Amino acid sequence: MSDVVEKTLSALPSLLSLDSQAGAGKLSPSSKLGNLIKGITELTSKHEEEKLIKKELASIKEQVASPNTTMRQMKEIMVRAIYCEMLGYQASFSYIHAIKLAQQGSVLEKRVGYLAVSLFLNETDEFLLLLVNTVLKDLQSTNLIEVCMALTVVSQMFPKDMIPAILPVVEEKLTHPKEIIRRKAVLALYKFYLIAPNQVQHIHSKFRKALCDKDPGVMTASLHIYLQLIKESPESYKDLTGSMVTILRQVVGGKLPLDFNYHSVPAPWLQIQLLRILAYLGKEDQGTSEVMYDVLEESLRRAEMNHNITYAILFECVKTIYTVHPKSQLLEKAAECIGNFVLSPKINLKYLGLKALTYVVQQDANLALPHQMTIIECLDHSDVIIKRETLELLFRITNAQNVTVIVEKMLEFLRLTCDDYSTIDLVGKVAELAEKYAPDHVWFIQTMNSVFSLGGDVMQPDIPNNFLRLLAEGVDNVEDKQLRIFAVDSYVSLLQGETAKLPQRFLQVISWVLGEYSYLREEDLDPGSVMRLLARLLDQRHTSTETRSWVLGAMTKLCSSPVSVALARDVCERYSGSLNTVLRQRAQELMILSQDTKLRARVLPAEGKLETLEVDSSLSFLDGYVSEALAAGAAPYKSPHQRQEDLVQEKALSLEPYGLSLPVSLSSCSITDRLTDRRSPTLLSMSSGLSGISTELSHQEGRPRLVSQCYFSSTTLKLDGVKRVWGKDGYLAQQQSAGETPTSLVELPSPLLSPQSPPSQTQKPSSGPEPDQEKRQLASSLFVGLGSHNSVCLMGRAEPAPRHFRRKPRGESSGASEGSSDSSHSSRSAAIDNLLLSNLLDSTTVASEGGAATTTAPQQISQRTLDHTTSNGSPHVEETEQRVEAGGPLSLIRGNSMVAVVPPTYTQTDPQTQQDLHPAPALDITRDLPLTSHLPAELSGLARSEFTPLCSEQDSSLALSACRVYKEDALVLLVFISNNTDSALHQMALQLTCKELEISCISGSPLKEVKGHSVSVCLHTVVMKRASVQVELAGLLSYQRPLGQPQAAQFSLSLSLKHFLRPLTVSTGDYGKMWLSFSHDLKQNLRLVTTEHQEPLTATLDALKGKLHLHVVDIIGSEGIVACRLLQGQGQGQPCLLHCRVHADSLAVWLRSPVPELPDSLLYHCQKALTET
Amino acid sequence: MIKFLLMVNKQGQTRLSKYYEQVDIEKRPSLETDVVKRCLSRKKEECSFVEYKDFKLVYRQYAALFIVVGISDTENELSIYELVHNFVEVLDKYFSRVSELDIMFNLDKVHIIIDEIIQNGHIVETNKNRILAPLLALDKMAEAH
Repeated sequence: MSDVVEKTLSALPSLLSLDSQAGAGKLSPSSKLGNLIKGITELTSKHEEEKLIKKELASIKEQVASPNTTMRQMKEIMVRAIYCEMLGYQASFSYIHAIKLAQQGSVLEKRVGYLAVSLFLNETDEFLLLLVNTVLKDLQSTNLIEVCMALTVVSQMFPKDMIPAILPVVEEKLTHPKEIIRRKAVLALYKFYLIAPNQVQHIHSKFRKALCDKDPGVMTASLHIYLQLIKESPESYKDLTGSMVTILRQVVGGKLPLDFNYHSVPAPWLQIQLLRILAYLGKEDQGTSEVMYDVLEESLRRAEMNHNITYAILFECVKTIYTVHPKSQLLEKAAECIGNFVLSPKINLKYLGLKALTYVVQQDANLALPHQMTIIECLDHSDVIIKRETLELLFRITNAQNVTVIVEKMLEFLRLTCDDYSTIDLVGKVAELAEKYAPDHVWFIQTMNSVFSLGGDVMQPDIPNNFLRLLAEGVDNVEDKQLRIFAVDSYVSLLQGETAKLPQRFLQVISWVLGEYSYLREEDLDPGSVMRLLARLLDQRHTSTETRSWVLGAMTKLCSSPVSVALARDVCERYSGSLNTVLRQRAQELMILSQDTKLRARVLPAEGKLETLEVDSSLSFLDGYVSEALAAGAAPYKSPHQRQEDLVQEKALSLEPYGLSLPVSLSSCSITDRLTDRRSPTLLSMSSGLSGISTELSHQEGRPRLVSQCYFSSTTLKLDGVKRVWGKDGYLAQQQSAGETPTSLVELPSPLLSPQSPPSQTQKPSSGPEPDQEKRQLASSLFVGLGSHNSVCLMGRAEPAPRHFRRKPRGESSGASEGSSDSSHSSRSAAIDNLLLSNLLDSTTVASEGGAATTTAPQQISQRTLDHTTSNGSPHVEETEQRVEAGGPLSLIRGNSMVAVVPPTYTQTDPQTQQDLHPAPALDITRDLPLTSHLPAELSGLARSEFTPLCSEQDSSLALSACRVYKEDALVLLVFISNNTDSALHQMALQLTCKELEISCISGSPLKEVKGHSVSVCLHTVVMKRASVQVELAGLLSYQRPLGQPQAAQFSLSLSLKHFLRPLTVSTGDYGKMWLSFSHDLKQNLRLVTTEHQEPLTATLDALKGKLHLHVVDIIGSEGIVACRLLQGQGQGQPCLLHCRVHADSLAVWLRSPVPELPDSLLYHCQKALTET
Repeated sequence: MIKFLLMVNKQGQTRLSKYYEQVDIEKRPSLETDVVKRCLSRKKEECSFVEYKDFKLVYRQYAALFIVVGISDTENELSIYELVHNFVEVLDKYFSRVSELDIMFNLDKVHIIIDEIIQNGHIVETNKNRILAPLLALDKMAEAH
């Protein structure tokens, strides 16, 4: 096939001259688009292109403005505009017309309109809001193609704030009879999940349904959601492992329709996706991993065909096998597989083999051993990408014994590359290896010199940072001293040579080290000569200002001898007039300190002396000044955050209560603790904003650090806006590694195994052609330290051998704790599983025997709803069975030949959601009447919901109903148990479970029995544990009839956040105070409710008040403030404040609460409430 | 994750571009030039994957036309390499023997095809019949008009 394409494409030049042929056939070459394309193909220069496109844009502009332009022409115009944008010329004036085309065009034109919108706009563009109505209209269209394209555009981009407007319609499409619509609806929901996960948290059960859809396309689409969910929290989805394994087995076994094949491989990209999911599920979890071993092995075995795509699957499979809990037999097979890759003559496979090897050697470095020769060949490969990947591999297998050779190879590559990204990456790796495994001081300093010269000014700032820290820290023993002396010697000789080519960063490192440690060489190095070398740097033109200030800092430390003082004076004179404030300041410091030896000795204490320094990081010494200023009428200090807030408030509302600012007590800025400050040497010498970070540093435990330039902290403080050399982040990053790096160096005994004399047994004779001596030697030096026979570790810190096998499944302990905390939940789902199991088996066998039992899910659901609403006495058991049919074996991917995939939970929730959609039908209300009389007297006056039937027994002998009573401090949930038989019920126990709710039973004594033909009530108070949009409550009623077996009835009930909302009565003043103290906020535009006799604002707030039990605190002009509280935990619950303002045609709402989840969930209900009215 | 898909000819002229991560329109031409330069400079015997900045390029050549896909480091290069071929096979099926001119004259339709295959940087459909179904339906509607 590709040959055909190539032939046709190679015939292009001749086609171009005859543009009436081929693809141009349908288009008249004289059309405007035809002309543009012709123009584009004939372009020879950028200049011509610019001319052509400018002309084109002008013509488009003119055409779109004309009222006579038809939609058909507009479609062509849009394609032309797409061309212009593709070439990099903005056609923003056409965006609005793209939206119009999507709105008004007929089908094909509409699609092009949508296409143009998706190409022109980005996700945050406000223009997208204009598209919402069109999308909504198309979603509701009877034309499937329109629905399809609307869903496509929604899953590409949609304004986050408007999701609630279309969410119900999209959800509805999940049960559409056409697979393509269901598939696209799932993808749209995936998009919603990506941009606003909270908005779709209540429909997770529907995702499960999609996963079990009988159409493989819909199932595949749902995997995107699951990959994401499982990646984020694998623990919550372990129960899906079985389903994923089954699906993979079916795919691998060729159970999908043939058109899912690609070159006779069944749905390869789907296989890859499933393997990725399995990797997340099985990671560090032995139990889960064991479930998947068989299918992983099968995948390895099935992918035997010699085609690229099977290798792509194999690669993923190997990765999964090495990610999940190890099974030695599988690991062996996977390792063998990698061998095939690495040895392949095909370059793409070789690359992938190296990549796989790089991945697996992190688990077991010995896996590299069999491929030594190949790796060495790849190291000298002509393809730089292969070379680069090989270095990556070597980096992973580096140990103390092969570090010198590997680092040499990396530096070699670095010298040749001119790509900044590779440089930054590799330089960082070399520095890391050098710090970890350096065999001796000389090598370390030399390697770091190469790092600094090669890395230049592009490398990560933490490299020099770490290096200086390493030099400065550590106990002052002989080792450290030697390292410092090596560094000084090395830098002096560098400065004596040509310095013009050294990067600025390196010069800064050099000046700091020389300033700090030259004294170690006092006897043979005259301080004056170092000063002169530094002064030479100042003279050079290419030296940057930043470097100059480092140099001046170093000089300040060195000016002890008379020669130096004289030199310093020269320098000072030159720089004290500098226009750069930092340089000027440094020069001043140098001037003063070089003349005042006593002061110098105090601020720069004798080098090497360790002492802790007290720094008042809270600046308490300024307290007096501050209180004076306050007394004189100065405004109290406000943090930047607060200033920002005030600013926003001023814009939003200038009412009294908002004008309040929090009283800033002086105490907040006068903490008198004197904190011990510890800083990095690099920071010390250059910092400006020291005080800002000192508080963060002070809690860091560490050894006493040498203090050399503390005086900067007092002087530089006054400097405003001085560029800080080491950013906060950079410094913090350094702190993490600082704990280990210095020790690693200290521990190193100096003379080590030289790479030239490796233990001979590492030389594995290769089976291939006899490698030449040089390569063999390289191999032995590269792979030294790998393999068990070589594990004699002189360093005491070589890589632990096969790390992978020592790794204990960490999931075990965490899994156990997870299990216990979640036990009620899981036991519930287990119970349901057990209950369903037998039925399920029945139904599947029936399905496979019958062969025609492929009724679609939606039909069954509607049927069930019907059952449920009309005859409340429908037998319980039967109902369970129906549920199983509907929610259970949905993944009959291809007819009945496949084993069903069982969704482990959630099957129960469906009837409930159905009920919510169709509120209590008339029939039930009549049945409700007698129940009213059973309401406890103390609750009868309170607002309550309708009675909801929960479930009933086969022969209507027992019926359960629920009712919610909205008490001030809790939601009271009443469960009515009606016994419709003569015999009494015994051993009654009602259990309600929901992990998001706090449920406590309040009916005095837990009921034990219900007499014949009577009704009993169970009362529970329910409050939320944490705010969420909607929660599912599971209930289990166990009971026994006389002479009968114990029986149980299950039910579920969904409760929404709004059931837990209560008005919060506060005064406007209190509202203002609360507003300022809440930290979690959210802003969004809602639609306004319009009625005939009310102001839109009042009408909208009334609607919210009515539906969500909010308290309207005040309405002033076009603004209103509203308050409510959520029953959460003990007491009055958690407040949430709303500030509403009419803005154009919408209501700008700003929510604030001390609880992070509350504004989000409440907003969802506000949106819902307003769309319903 | 897929970051972008480009169709470029040997002269380095962009014939189609689709981005899944926002790149300013002004910056696109220089990025494209850079990307194309990297791919064009590679020899036939060198591998089809190139490291570029902090991501990777997978490219495949069809006569004078290059298809280049920018992917994140976690993506499976070879599967993307084959995805490109699947895409070309779809084009070939639709246009019956696709040529560079087909792509130029039907830019909108090629985009519609891509929209079916890739969304948000993820592969969402690879079944050729299903990829083409919406477009064929559109064509039918247009004919009926």
